Amino acid sequence: MGLFDFLRSRPKNTASVATERLRIIVAQERARSGRPDYLPLLRRELLEVIRKYVNIDPDAIEIHVERDGDQEVLELSVALPEKQGNAAAAAAAAAADDA
Amino acid sequence: MTEIIVVTSGKGGVGKTTTSASIAVGLAKRGKKVAVIDFDVGLRNLDLIMGCERRVVYDFVNVIQGECTLKQALIKDKRIDTLHVLAASQTRDKDALSKEGVERVLNELTAAGFDYVICDSPAGIEKGASLAMYFADRAVVVVNPEVSSVRDSDRILGLLASKTRRAELGNGGVEQHLLLTRYNPDRVAGGDMMSVDDIKDILGIEVLGVIPESSGVLSASNAGVPVILDEESAAGQAYADAVARLAGEPRPMRFVDAQKKGLFARIFGS
Repeated sequence: MGLFDFLRSRPKNTASVATERLRIIVAQERARSGRPDYLPLLRRELLEVIRKYVNIDPDAIEIHVERDGDQEVLELSVALPEKQGNAAAAAAAAAADDA
Repeated sequence: MTEIIVVTSGKGGVGKTTTSASIAVGLAKRGKKVAVIDFDVGLRNLDLIMGCERRVVYDFVNVIQGECTLKQALIKDKRIDTLHVLAASQTRDKDALSKEGVERVLNELTAAGFDYVICDSPAGIEKGASLAMYFADRAVVVVNPEVSSVRDSDRILGLLASKTRRAELGNGGVEQHLLLTRYNPDRVAGGDMMSVDDIKDILGIEVLGVIPESSGVLSASNAGVPVILDEESAAGQAYADAVARLAGEPRPMRFVDAQKKGLFARIFGS
């Protein structure tokens, strides 16, 4: 560090940026690598089937595979839209019909 | 008992071959009988780094395909009696390697009483790399303090934990070690290079050694003398420490702290 270095703008600490970025991506990739390859396709097909009956949000399906000793458990959760929301939507539709 | 050690990284150009050569020489200098195998079929380089490129007659693929005996293909090092090199083929591609063939060669080396077999993996995660790691007991994962290298190493750690014989047999998997190369303590102190601890935290495995960025590495490869034999260079000394740790002797970590600058350098910059 020279006498006049303070006149120059100090660069950001890039090493800590690198560390932070790597922490996130490595954690994500580790979580992903443990899962079977077919999960994304399974998720998409389930979404299509459910949407024939209930109009759900694409993010409403969550799939997890958990290891429990020798067993693997496929856990599936589907969040259905709130009843109130449906009623409101129906009311809005009815109002539109009336008009 | 023969111990099979793979030197791998995922990313290319991080120092796998330099590391394989130095680990092989280091262990052989400790009196162990060592074979070092180049798995980079089609792009062989270990022979150059070891300085035996003009003595290659038969190679790894020749042995696997039964065109010569293992004994004919092993090149005895001129510096250390107990060290042998098995070169990769330069004219074939990686499909010339087979799991059965590699296993047969490793079994023959075991039967011949080798203490260590060092497998120098090619870059990537394709056939050559996967075969280099498959039979390993231990893995030295070479990583540079740089984002792409660290990420690729994590991928390799995942493969070591799932796509190896030890992982398939369920006997604890491959013992993993991290070796940091091209480390520049001054840049770490300045905040523009990740530190040993940062990388250790991200990858979550123990660090076998830290090899500082050193002009000795290029000079050594120019001359075909593994850098560990250059006892003057920081890299050579750091490799000697790493090999000692690999052999189970604890050593303090050197070359990880920035050089203290004199008053003159501090006032006028360096």
